[in-house]
Amino acid sequence: MFELLQYSFIQNALAAAVLASIACGIIGVYVVVKKIVFISGGIAHASFGGIGLGYYLGINPMFGVVPFSLLSALVMGTVSKKSKIPEDSAIGILWSLGMALGIIFVYLTPGYAPDLMTYLFGNILTVPRFDLYLMLALDAVIVGAVYLFYKEFLALCFDEEFTTVQGVPTQKLYLLLLCIIALTIVVLIKVVGIILVIALLTIPATLSRKFTHNLKQMMLISILFGGVISVTGIGLSYALDVPSGATIILVLSFVYGLVAVGMEMLDGRGVSGAKNSP
Amino acid sequence: MEKVVEIKDVWVRYGNQVILESVNLELAEPAGLLGIIGPNGGGKTTFLKVLLGLLKPYRGSVKLFGKPPEKSRDLVGYVPQYKRFDFDFPISVWEVVLTGRMSHTGFLKKYSEEDKKAAEEALKTVEMFQYKDRQIGQLSGGQRQRVFIARALATNPKLLLLDEPNSGLDPHMQDELYRLLDRLKKDMAVIMVTHDLSAVSVYVDRIACLNRKLHYHNSREIPVEDLEATYQCPVELIAHGVPHRVLERHNGNS
Ligand SMILES: Nc1ncnc2c1ncn2[C@@H]1O[C@H](COP(=O)(O)OP(=O)(O)O)[C@@H](O)[C@H]1O
Ligand SMILES: [Mg+2]
Repeated sequence: MFELLQYSFIQNALAAAVLASIACGIIGVYVVVKKIVFISGGIAHASFGGIGLGYYLGINPMFGVVPFSLLSALVMGTVSKKSKIPEDSAIGILWSLGMALGIIFVYLTPGYAPDLMTYLFGNILTVPRFDLYLMLALDAVIVGAVYLFYKEFLALCFDEEFTTVQGVPTQKLYLLLLCIIALTIVVLIKVVGIILVIALLTIPATLSRKFTHNLKQMMLISILFGGVISVTGIGLSYALDVPSGATIILVLSFVYGLVAVGMEMLDGRGVSGAKNSP
Repeated sequence: MEKVVEIKDVWVRYGNQVILESVNLELAEPAGLLGIIGPNGGGKTTFLKVLLGLLKPYRGSVKLFGKPPEKSRDLVGYVPQYKRFDFDFPISVWEVVLTGRMSHTGFLKKYSEEDKKAAEEALKTVEMFQYKDRQIGQLSGGQRQRVFIARALATNPKLLLLDEPNSGLDPHMQDELYRLLDRLKKDMAVIMVTHDLSAVSVYVDRIACLNRKLHYHNSREIPVEDLEATYQCPVELIAHGVPHRVLERHNGNS
């Protein structure tokens, strides 16, 4: 097993797993407690437009997806709050619009679009060194923003109306949070792909919630879960020669199921025990 | 001296539906406790949102302490109507109460010692300081209501707005709440809205009725005509349990 670590692609994969866990561990907690899973999924899928744009312009698709995902976040955040149609309908429309744009861009690109599948489904075993640096830079931005806005984000997620009354520009703060989610999605793309990103944003954070009632501890625990589980997933996918992104999600779901069932059983016993005692 | 509240001819609508119609209200120091009663859907929450600057009237003007609501954030405390709450939310009582300091702390700054002192004092006022490390979901309904009052008090408000603070509380807890408001009104103006007439207890100094229009006569008695206009049914049906001295028939005190 240890000789594997000499391969640079394995080293890159582990580094990518750690960087991805940091981003999704911290931001996933906001996604889960503010219950904005659906809009986050929308931003992720709409970002495919940016991948297509990158191919069309002949640049690294990662450079297409950064501005495009930020734009999707701003448009979705604004339209879903301001438009007359229900928020989830607005998100659904923009979600598919972004994907459709991506498909048209890819179609219009002369020749063949290499690696298209890695953007859709991820492939952590082929992460280029450059993408690692990009992920590192985005991680720094994400951690920095959360450090600066910690008290504002907590207040926003807990009670948006009261936070507005306190004079905090909550509308802008919400858009900022969506933009940070967009950047997190970019960090996660190479690991699990656009289609599966939402699993990394929700499962570790939901798991961590079972162990603590403190937001910062939730972030730490979900980074830990994400890291350990994605490294396990990488190992399994290498050993069994199956796609890495999907393997990571399967392991995540499996662990979640175990923990949920385990806690349910413990709870059940606690309750019946209490009933039996006088 | 600036008026605490000065509302002139305020009209609010959602879409085409007029919710508040030509509302006027003036409160001067010492304002004491103003109780506003009205049926469900009468526009009570809307009225408070106008006071808080969350909703813009399409006509009329709102001033708190001589300034528009957006400029008086640090003078107003707000206890929202009980919402369907996420009991699992990972936040402690202490963290909740500190959010009431944000209008003082400012953007991007850490809470100061002064903020923490104000939060501590607010929690002690509602006798919840010993619960400060509890997660918010691990409290009873009455305790949680007191924490939300503490959050509003942490702002050090000169005007406290409460939206149906008595709903969901048993009679004993309601009585405790009113006694707390009775103490607080010595230091600040208090406006409480409720659809529950029995809340119009001995503790209010002034009463108004709100159902699209605001009936207000700067007194603690409600003319029965106003009450009937507000609820659109005979007073015997609604004034059940209301102390008789609150009601006043054909007395023209206005
Ligand atoms: N966001 C909204 N959009 C449309 N109508 C609303 C909205 N909020 C409240 N209303 C309507 O305004 C009226 C007054 O509501 P509200 O102020 O909440 O009454 P109350 O607090 O007295 O029960 C109700 O008829 C309600 O249906
Ligand atoms: Mg209401």
